[in-house]
Amino acid sequence: MAIEVRIPTILRTYTGGEKAVSADGASLSALIDDLEANHPGIRERLIENGDLRRFVNVYVNDEDVRFIGGLEAELSDGDQVVVLPAVAGG
Amino acid sequence: MVGRAASRPYAGSVLTIDRATYDAIVAHAKRDHPDEACGIVAGPEGSDRPERLVEMVNAAGSPTFYEFDSTELLELYKEMWDRDEEPVVVYHSHTATEAYPSRTDIGLASEPGAHYVLVSTREHGNNEGPVEFRSYRIVDGEVTEEEVTVVDGLSTSN
Repeated sequence: MAIEVRIPTILRTYTGGEKAVSADGASLSALIDDLEANHPGIRERLIENGDLRRFVNVYVNDEDVRFIGGLEAELSDGDQVVVLPAVAGG
Repeated sequence: MVGRAASRPYAGSVLTIDRATYDAIVAHAKRDHPDEACGIVAGPEGSDRPERLVEMVNAAGSPTFYEFDSTELLELYKEMWDRDEEPVVVYHSHTATEAYPSRTDIGLASEPGAHYVLVSTREHGNNEGPVEFRSYRIVDGEVTEEEVTVVDGLSTSN
């Protein structure tokens, strides 16, 4: 099972500069665990207090995961995951 | 005033932007006042050339906060990836305070390669009149103001 995960510029320090990495997981939560195993430190940038960070957007096949179960969103082989920090401020 | 070429007041880099794009950002900020306006100027990856203005909707619709809609954010980035572009400028307006990044702006800044442009409409609101237009680098929570040079057109040589 392979899922392509698009990594934003700000998190590429965890992926050796790679724009996209391959990871496994039947859910977004499991996928992030797998990412963490290969790219230590990245989970904390995505998750806070057991939930996705408010200003990090994750999309599965172009759908914002907040609308499809959040960390419990189901994943299948060949899915495309994109991580994008919010563009926001005060 | 912009284009302080004679004296270099900032140690940082320079934002070079063409007049039409500059004017369009200012017009957007004035039009959306008293809510914050926001958008980007995309350019070819690695070029540092702000070529393609994309006005975004402030999904927060607020005088004190801005946020790109998450679906529109993905569409924007996919379009840039298809065109081998990156966000060269990320801009937003402050409508009651100076054109300096707020603590929230600094905390959420996530494009270390971008010029963060702040426009303040606090003085003239929707009306004619000068605005503050300033640019910064925001990297790892550190803000560095930079010079803004407005040119008639971006040269093709750099």
